[in-house]
Amino acid sequence: MCDKNIDSIIEKYRGQPGSLIHALVEIQHENHWLPREVMHRVADALQVPFAQVMQIASFYKTFSLTPKGRHEVHVCTGMTCHLRGAPKLLEKVEELTGLKPGETDAESRFTLDTGACLGSCSIGPELIVDGKHYGRMTPDKAEDVLKSYE
Amino acid sequence: MPRLQSAAELEKLRADILASRDPAKPCIAVCAGAACDGLDSAAVAAAFLAEADKQKLGGKLEVRTTGCHGYCEKGPNVVVTPGEICYFEVQPKDVPEIIAATLKGEVVERLVYHDPGTGAKAVHMNEVPFYKHQTRLLIGDNPKIDPMRIDDYLAVGGYAALVKALSTMTPDQVLDEVKKANLRGRGGGGFPAGSKWETTKNAPEKTKYVIVNGHEGESAAFMDRAMLTGNPHKILEGLIIGAYAIGAQKGFMYTRHDMPLLEKHVRNALAQAAEYGLLGKNILGSGFDFECELHFDVGIFVSGESSALMRSIEGNPPEPRPKYIRTSVSGIWDKPSNLNNVETWANVPQIISKGADWFTSIGSEKSKGTKLISLSGHVVNSGVVEVPMGTPLRTLVFDIGGGVRDGKTLKAIHFGGAMGGSIPADLIDAPLDFDGMSKLGAPIGAGGLLLMDEDTDMVEVARYLMDFLTKESCGKCVPCREGMPQMLHILTNLTEGKGKPDDLERLEDLAEVTGLGSLCALGKTSADPLKSMFRYFKPEYESRITGGSGDKK
Ligand SMILES: Cc1cc2nc3c(=O)[nH]c(=O)nc-3n(C[C@H](O)[C@H](O)[C@H](O)COP(=O)(O)O)c2cc1C
Ligand code: SF4
Ligand code: FES
Ligand code: FES
Repeated sequence: MCDKNIDSIIEKYRGQPGSLIHALVEIQHENHWLPREVMHRVADALQVPFAQVMQIASFYKTFSLTPKGRHEVHVCTGMTCHLRGAPKLLEKVEELTGLKPGETDAESRFTLDTGACLGSCSIGPELIVDGKHYGRMTPDKAEDVLKSYE
Repeated sequence: MPRLQSAAELEKLRADILASRDPAKPCIAVCAGAACDGLDSAAVAAAFLAEADKQKLGGKLEVRTTGCHGYCEKGPNVVVTPGEICYFEVQPKDVPEIIAATLKGEVVERLVYHDPGTGAKAVHMNEVPFYKHQTRLLIGDNPKIDPMRIDDYLAVGGYAALVKALSTMTPDQVLDEVKKANLRGRGGGGFPAGSKWETTKNAPEKTKYVIVNGHEGESAAFMDRAMLTGNPHKILEGLIIGAYAIGAQKGFMYTRHDMPLLEKHVRNALAQAAEYGLLGKNILGSGFDFECELHFDVGIFVSGESSALMRSIEGNPPEPRPKYIRTSVSGIWDKPSNLNNVETWANVPQIISKGADWFTSIGSEKSKGTKLISLSGHVVNSGVVEVPMGTPLRTLVFDIGGGVRDGKTLKAIHFGGAMGGSIPADLIDAPLDFDGMSKLGAPIGAGGLLLMDEDTDMVEVARYLMDFLTKESCGKCVPCREGMPQMLHILTNLTEGKGKPDDLERLEDLAEVTGLGSLCALGKTSADPLKSMFRYFKPEYESRITGGSGDKK
């Protein structure tokens, strides 16, 4: 985590309660999850009750309240990927990682996530690891891809 | 770059840009759109740049990275001008050969399009079947533009419509032209843009807003992102013209938080437009002031709905409001706010440049202009397609799309994502038209068109879509919150072969009530896919009850 960047995001929105969601989105981007301590600082700086910060952070699936693994594994479950074989791909990825969507393993190696359409449907089904796309993925190829991430 | 003070200064700048460019100098355009990027087109672009550098070709050849060209299926895509030579599935190792051929004015035959049936070659864009049947008024500029360079947009005539509007037309005249063009909203409803603009314009409050809906939450729709990422200035130009007509002082672009390239291009476009004096005070000396802010979604589908989107811009949780409060009169911070889809705004510059009569000469009787379509699912050629309204679906599916993958037959065509519908293959001659498709039960929606092959399980499709919406409901209305999970439960049972005799009747009842008491279109139309299923595919549903699981093969 890079504290300085988080600090500057919080500073940017200091005293602007209306920008709560923006601030949280930016911190989530930067840090990949929202530590409790950071949310307290956001509440103080933006002058909103901590409960409201928690409410928003826990309601939207963009936000994560737990730390992520070293690698973020994402399977697109949008409609084209679904038609082109995403369910089987997801099953295999779940089996390989031992995770269900939203979970992180005990060694913090992987966090598994799913979500709808990423706009690159033409190359679905898609497996995305740390933002890198692996298009036209099959369950077999997924095994090789995941092996390359320690 | 000092701010441009007048229309004449902008035209002078455009002339200078054009004079500095030699149309005969070869340009290699490498697609960096979402699909090509996923196929590592960045490595291809890097290889071109490295090779050009190694051979010191700076003066002889240009390498440009661009937004989506359209034919995403065959990425990474490369287009070489002059001649619009299309190379498909280009790999870094192909780069030296393409450069050598380009310098000699030759073509690398093995990388051009080959007809999968006959092996016939197509070299130029206007010969490639995927492109040849299209009318690419909006997306056609993408291969010519590096989205990070405003000069590229100016070179293809960009901001000429803004010049025309500001220097030769009154706001009323601009509005009249858009009304006469009968431009209908591309975001789902097909509502006439001109009347919506007029409502906001006539609202008594002085402070007014205009907004671009670039949320594109519909699954398997990717054309708005292709436009906004690939040619952000076109949408911005449309927005500024609209603001001038409406009398808005401020605009918002609302788009996805999860596309780094999109964010980078739009941010840069806004900064460049401000630097050139196309945003800010006294635009081109006209006395018109306008600024534009960028906003991001929080990753939920309903934030694309107009009133929810406006709540989100205010910094509040994106919950829809009752429809009787019209956002065009009372939107962001209760000020009159006019919201249009990315593609709607993208149409505005050409309507002003070429006139309403030209625009209405394209399309069908009640749906004018072209429509961007995201073609995907079990189609051979997936990608972003643009055709005149009224084009038969057959052209989209077969001539452009190349038919169904893996030699299978077509079972259904699905339009409009989770709030749309599916029609059977025998309706393939229906024209692409807002009203016609709605009557058939498969409203165009934003323009995501999915093919489904013979093996597609239509019960599973309805279950999948219901599952998606159930998770996306904001939970504010009871029928939406309670009705959908019940329908999902029954559909899940059906797919698992646990259907009960009265299930279909219960589904029909639930579909009816869920629609009635819901506040926004998510709940209201949540059962639309299901209704289309009952209309066209009911025997498949019935067989699940009598015949158990019905799992195919
Ligand atoms: C649940 C829901 C999601 C929507 N998502 C989008 C979207 O992502 N993009 C969009 O342009 N319109 C979306 N709409 C439609 C908008 O509410 C609005 O009608 C549209 O942006 C108006 O633009 P237009 O008149 O140019 O079509 C959505 C509507 C609903 C009910
Ligand atoms: S219909 Fe559903 S999504 Fe729309 S406001 Fe009501 S609960 Fe929310
Ligand atoms: S459905 Fe997976 S990228 Fe669109
Ligand atoms: S992303 Fe490259 S052609 Fe669409």
